Amino acid sequence: MRHRCLLVAAALVLAAARPAGAAGKLNVVTATEDLASLAREVGGDRIDVEALARGYQDPHFVEPKPSFILKLNRADLLIAVGRELEIGWLPPLINQSRNSKLQPGAAGYLDASLTVKILELPTGQITRAMGDVHPLGNPHYWLDPDNGRRVAQAIQKKLSELSPNDSAYFAARYADFDKRLAAAEKRWDVEMAPYKGLKIVTYHRSWPNFADRFGLDVVGYIEPRPGIPPSPSHTLELIQEMKRQGVKIMLVEPYFDLKTPDSISRDTGARVLVMAPSVGGEKEITDYLKLFDYDINLLVAAIKQVGAK
Amino acid sequence: MRPHLWLLTVVLTFAWLSTPSSAFAQQAGGNQGAAGTSSDAAAQALRAEVERLRQEFDAVKQQYGDRLTALEARLAALDAGRPGVTGQPPAAPPSAAPPVTPAAPPAVSQPAAAQPAPAAPPPATAEVPSGAAGAGGPEGALPVYGNTSALSKIFNPDMAAIGDFLGAVGSNQQVPTPAMEMHEAELSLQAVVDPYARADFFVTIGPGGSVALEEGFLTFTGLPGGLLTKVGQLHAAFGKVNQMHNHVMPWADRPLMTQNLVGGEDGITDAGISVSRLIPNPWMFLEATGEVYSGNSAIFSAPMRSDLTYVGHVRGYQDLGDSTNIDLGGSVAYGHNSATPDGTTRLLGFDATFRYRPLRRAIYHKFLARTEMVWSRRSELAGQPQSFGTYVSGEYQFARRWFAGVRFDHADRATNSLMTDKGGSLVLTYWPSEFSQVRGQYRRTRYAEGTTANEFLFQFLFSIGAHGAHTF
Repeated sequence: MRHRCLLVAAALVLAAARPAGAAGKLNVVTATEDLASLAREVGGDRIDVEALARGYQDPHFVEPKPSFILKLNRADLLIAVGRELEIGWLPPLINQSRNSKLQPGAAGYLDASLTVKILELPTGQITRAMGDVHPLGNPHYWLDPDNGRRVAQAIQKKLSELSPNDSAYFAARYADFDKRLAAAEKRWDVEMAPYKGLKIVTYHRSWPNFADRFGLDVVGYIEPRPGIPPSPSHTLELIQEMKRQGVKIMLVEPYFDLKTPDSISRDTGARVLVMAPSVGGEKEITDYLKLFDYDINLLVAAIKQVGAK
Repeated sequence: MRPHLWLLTVVLTFAWLSTPSSAFAQQAGGNQGAAGTSSDAAAQALRAEVERLRQEFDAVKQQYGDRLTALEARLAALDAGRPGVTGQPPAAPPSAAPPVTPAAPPAVSQPAAAQPAPAAPPPATAEVPSGAAGAGGPEGALPVYGNTSALSKIFNPDMAAIGDFLGAVGSNQQVPTPAMEMHEAELSLQAVVDPYARADFFVTIGPGGSVALEEGFLTFTGLPGGLLTKVGQLHAAFGKVNQMHNHVMPWADRPLMTQNLVGGEDGITDAGISVSRLIPNPWMFLEATGEVYSGNSAIFSAPMRSDLTYVGHVRGYQDLGDSTNIDLGGSVAYGHNSATPDGTTRLLGFDATFRYRPLRRAIYHKFLARTEMVWSRRSELAGQPQSFGTYVSGEYQFARRWFAGVRFDHADRATNSLMTDKGGSLVLTYWPSEFSQVRGQYRRTRYAEGTTANEFLFQFLFSIGAHGAHTF
């Protein structure tokens, strides 16, 4: 009987090999490199960490590749940015991961946004006429170092829960990170202090937490609406607005085309700055602290050059 | 708790007001009959007073009810693990004064402490269905429609409607289609069922108002042994196109191979069970799927209950780098047909996909090349025709909103392998946003009968609501 043969063959294939059991170290997968860096700070050598999205990639539009399914299949913990940033790609990966630890409601899923400060929470009715708005607030919250601290702490709690024997180690690592972060924050605050109230324009709404923290004033966006590419009429309006307000700095994420920002720059004399929104956005940005080092250095140097105030 | 005190006060006031006042009213009425007009005015005044109090009380009750609803909504929002704008715990200590003792990191734990327990937030978020854009999402007062509580909406599935409007210009004597039609409206309902499974329903409404269940299945996501199991009405895992819904296809039509050999738009879609698992190996992503169906679909039929359809699929995938990857698949399908009493149909399929997407410019550029091949062998009254069909297609995104594609078709007819249809298409697609597409397709088809059709197809696809992301 042919179909019986087929069935047997299928059963054989299915039972072919057992999943590789992870022993010892906790296997942590994070949605972005920022979360991976924070997890590394806390988990040290007691965990293995891998990020799915690259830091120079638009985190809204990541392809749910099968190779990611393999990573999730082996993971003990998945840390997501949350606030629907990964809505377009993480859910199908989790569904196909065949890993009950990561399923919604299970202990191996950590939404990093639950304890952080979220900005731009929509009030009232929202529609897609507003573009790609995030109904649960702006998900680019990690660009405020204090939110990084809160995420690190949430990770510390979660790791201690999953691996209670190492909880003292995680706590010590967290405390050390907290100390280094606080020292770095002091430095960043001093560097940014002279530019409080500086007016800037950004491409996408990726920087509200950064601007909020360091006292920048975002007066406009190159995108007419979140997720909608620049339109000529909006660009003209923006140019006029920038001239009126004397905006000299434009922040652009590394995954956006520079054509429109460059043309705005020609008209207004404003400087286009490709700032890194994430760890890994540039080669030298290898961890969370270096992310702010890089961005703030770049920003301060540019401000000095264009003489903006 | 202040609200409870409030409630208590209101209830007590009400009790005090309602019992004695009615007694008063009765008393007043009795007096009216006995003592005459002098007390009549007093009774009138008293009644008015009572009425006023009652109205006042109603107003208070209304106010209180509203406040309670708002509070409930806020509590729910907090429970769902979303600290509100105002409820944001600002208590994180100033960064300048970090905890120095390594053993006491919870010095910074106020933000987290506001959460009830470390384990509580994740399940709470899970209760809001993934992709439930706006389903109780925004903070503050939740929008309340009708009489139902806003809270009930949190458990509503993700809902979406996708319209597929299709038009054609030119002539096609072989397979005529209307000049314009609302080809399909797809409604989707998707949610997590319980901690063990999720469910997805896709209902399509065709041009004549015909309603069909395109897919409707339960997925067990965490079965032991790494088995991903689906039960329900499914698009069989035969190749690539057979598993695609209309709105994710890069063309306005389906390839001739699908039309001739794999059941056209409906394809192999049947009630059954699908089990798949990953095959661990050090080299690549390898997934094997085995499926059993009732045996009734566009190309199979089951006169007897035991005439089931079996489908098997193996998929291999490998990243060649961050931006390129290759995806290979092999499929088999076996089942009964209605051509002869004990007739069977066997299909063998192969598919290959190459993708290129530079990560830094992922939203602007993308290239995909794909081919599928199907060998079909059917028992017919007049022997066993062995037919072959294939398509080769390429699609290139050359700007953020623009895609250009090309496809070559070649397919024998399933019942007569000597009759071969050939065709080619050029496709241009414009995406105003992620949620709508406009497509034009020039298609030239040379049918086996000798007729040639030159057509221009145009399509509008539009989606509202929260449609779950599709698999890769």
